[in-house]
Amino acid sequence: MISSRISKLLSWSYLIALYGFIFLPVAVLVLFSFQDGRLPVPPFNGATLKWYGEVFADSRLMSALGNSLMVAIGSASVACVLGFCAAYGLARFVLPASRLQRGLLIAPMTVSYLIIALGLLTTFNWIGVSLSLWTVGIGHVVINLPLCFAIIYASMGDHQKNIERAARDLGAAEWQVMTQISAPMLMPSILAAFFLSVTFSWDEFIIAFLLSRFDVTLPVEIWSMLRSGLNPKTNAVGSVVFLVSVALLLLLELIVFRRTAKK
Amino acid sequence: MTAPVSIRNATKTFGAFTALDDVSLEISAGEFIVLLGPSGCGKTTLLSLLGGFLSPTSGSIEIAGRNMADVAPAKRPTTTMFQDYALFPHMTLRDNVAFGLKMRKVAKAKRHAKAEELLDMVGLKTSAHKKPHELSGGQRQRVALARALAVEPDVLLLDEPLGALDLKLRRQMQDELKAIQKRVGTTFVHVTHDQEEAMAIADRIVVMNAGKIEDVGSPENIYMQPKSLFSASFMGEVNFIPGTLEAKSDTALTIKTALGTVDIPPSDDAPFKQGTSVTLAIRPEHFRASTGAGPRITLGKAKVEDGSFFGTHHRAHLSPLDYPNMTITAHMPQSAVIEPGAWVELTLDPTTVVVLPDHPANTPVGSTV
Amino acid sequence: MAHASLETRENRRAWGFVTPALLWTIAFFVIPFIVMAAISLATRKGREIVMAWNFDNYIEFFEKAHLLKGLFVSLEITFTVTLISVILAYPLAWIIAERVPQKWQRMALIMAILPFWTSYVVRSYSWLLVLAQNGVINNSLVYLGVISEPLELASTRSATVIGFVHFFVMLLTLTIYANLVQMPPNYRRAAADLGANGFQVFWHVVLPLTLPGIMVGAFLTFVLCIGDYITPQILGGNNELALPQVIMLQLGRRADFPMAATLSIILMGVVTLAYIACARWLRMERT
Repeated sequence: MISSRISKLLSWSYLIALYGFIFLPVAVLVLFSFQDGRLPVPPFNGATLKWYGEVFADSRLMSALGNSLMVAIGSASVACVLGFCAAYGLARFVLPASRLQRGLLIAPMTVSYLIIALGLLTTFNWIGVSLSLWTVGIGHVVINLPLCFAIIYASMGDHQKNIERAARDLGAAEWQVMTQISAPMLMPSILAAFFLSVTFSWDEFIIAFLLSRFDVTLPVEIWSMLRSGLNPKTNAVGSVVFLVSVALLLLLELIVFRRTAKK
Repeated sequence: MTAPVSIRNATKTFGAFTALDDVSLEISAGEFIVLLGPSGCGKTTLLSLLGGFLSPTSGSIEIAGRNMADVAPAKRPTTTMFQDYALFPHMTLRDNVAFGLKMRKVAKAKRHAKAEELLDMVGLKTSAHKKPHELSGGQRQRVALARALAVEPDVLLLDEPLGALDLKLRRQMQDELKAIQKRVGTTFVHVTHDQEEAMAIADRIVVMNAGKIEDVGSPENIYMQPKSLFSASFMGEVNFIPGTLEAKSDTALTIKTALGTVDIPPSDDAPFKQGTSVTLAIRPEHFRASTGAGPRITLGKAKVEDGSFFGTHHRAHLSPLDYPNMTITAHMPQSAVIEPGAWVELTLDPTTVVVLPDHPANTPVGSTV
Repeated sequence: MAHASLETRENRRAWGFVTPALLWTIAFFVIPFIVMAAISLATRKGREIVMAWNFDNYIEFFEKAHLLKGLFVSLEITFTVTLISVILAYPLAWIIAERVPQKWQRMALIMAILPFWTSYVVRSYSWLLVLAQNGVINNSLVYLGVISEPLELASTRSATVIGFVHFFVMLLTLTIYANLVQMPPNYRRAAADLGANGFQVFWHVVLPLTLPGIMVGAFLTFVLCIGDYITPQILGGNNELALPQVIMLQLGRRADFPMAATLSIILMGVVTLAYIACARWLRMERT
């Protein structure tokens, strides 16, 4: 009995220690975003919202935030539509070399973002495409398409195949089956793929850094802020980004998993 | 709406496997046809050919006199009721039933009225606003039926629709299905592996095995006068007793078996030659007491090995005196007293005995199937 | 083939669904990769890139110490990070799955990966706040009197490893937890029923069954870690450069695209080797 109590104590201590490790940087980040002083390091001089004010007054940061949202939502939508169609085609029909096709669609997932970015950069340079938010978006679709395809493909079971057959049997054309039956039926996984893609794109640095020029996304803008060293304003931006991401996560949890749980 | 179906020499192969082997069948308008057979016998393949989910490798299918080659499932005058019901999980029952009409561009008010009418027919009028996951298995099955009938198909294809239900509910749904079919008059083609279900609902049963049709006829016909060993054994319990045709006259076939020689009245189409191997097929309930009216034949005495009570009858295993290795299954009356070791007389009405060509392959002599 | 036309027509429609995604992947992933591979065989003459079609860049990589060292630094960091992360994450996942009451597990898991959702760049920056010379740790230690002079924590390999481990502990906790709860409880009950004690159950039943999941998570860690530029750049400083930093250096100051492409191909080769090793191990495990 004593040994079980010790192991329980050890377990809880370990849990607390690791939670401490996991939350330490975030806690420090958020705490010193309220720092009333020039440096976001101890000692804590008292709370102020000044840095948040500066963040929202910074037009470069705000436009970067807008760019990020635009690229994230745009690239996630394209990746979802392409991924859904591909999953539908490969799960519902017998196609030659379907294993190869699936492998090709998944392949970008196993390659470092840096390499994808470099490949696109050399190619765009070679054919003379100038860098912009569009090229960033293209890169983000490349990394999110495998994710969307894999998530949606995995959720397409045989039972749903029969349901789609029934719809076709009742006179639905292929596009009607897709829009009125398959898509609503698979909505939880489509939404999951979409939100995950949005957060990945929203957070992505290296592709956005290498493939953008004048208009940049938020991570790239934050990166250039880092050059000026430690600054409570950076803490404030980081805290805002964190809150937005957690809000997205909660949205996903509420919309998608609530729905799935109901069924 | 209703229409006849005509299947001519339909064959379907998947690679080296022949799922359907030169099958021909005429179905009249308004008929309730049951395709009966074990899994892998080709019954579901035949249904898929009718529904248009598969194309025949050779042969043709006509519905209402129209060739169905190149007609997509959506354009055929058929609808299918799937085994797992395949209800649209994100739609209410009303939207489920009205879906086919929506695809046919029927106005909203009209299709909703029709959907409610059909839901009323299957007893679910008050649940029109519910979603499929709120229903029980039997209710889902009814919605699937209403949905398939809403577009007024000429032919309704039912793919083991009762397979997922428990026994009691299944019996109840059989009666409902039959009643609804009589009411709407649509041609029903129903696939099952359950012979009791087939007998309960079919106008005609099509017994299938290994991609071929073994037997076609009314339930009574198939049960009482099966045309093949497979058909006889698939439609309930039967005793097979191998024998040889000794003599043949207008009034009797004289057959020699290990249990003695018996005279059986010839059936209409019995092209047996003298000296050929034949099999006597005897249903367990046809062994009767030796006294009573009508003609009687006997297969000698048999010893009771064991027995169990089934409510309507006792089911007993007997070993004949003349050939103790053989086991005969017989149904004794409810009132009978079954004592292991007792001796009984194997007495039969000769008109109930069916003479079939050949011996059962891979079956030990005289075994019960 | 009139009778096969229903299936044929369906097939043609299927291609319509798959083609856009395939074209996208070919245009923006396969072709860029081929272009990059081709460029790695070119040389730089001034600001011009001349297609030489030779392996000079690859030979240069093995001859020049500062390039080769990048790969070794990256490999050392990656192996250290993968090992430490697995060792830290496994007990955490196990405690969440076994010790935390059922109804709190989901919450505990979400909490354990919440900082995952801070921006990637910001996460490394946060560690800088913690590890900097005037950061939280040094300040606290000096205040407590443990040390008199601040320690050199930032701009070291340790800082890079800490930053990485922080990220991958969260990732691995998630994958290992998923593995642990997937395992039917009867396996453990059966082992315990046959007389195994807590440790024996873990060692002979739980660990072997979760090993494939750990391997997949470790592989993911490996791939993400070895290709990352941000964490070593922010936390590791310029004392020693990891391979991605070396690649970025070629792009920036030197505008040496051919060498950057060469290094990327080598990086990809290393990841592919790791993938093959992992896949082979998993296959052996299954048989």
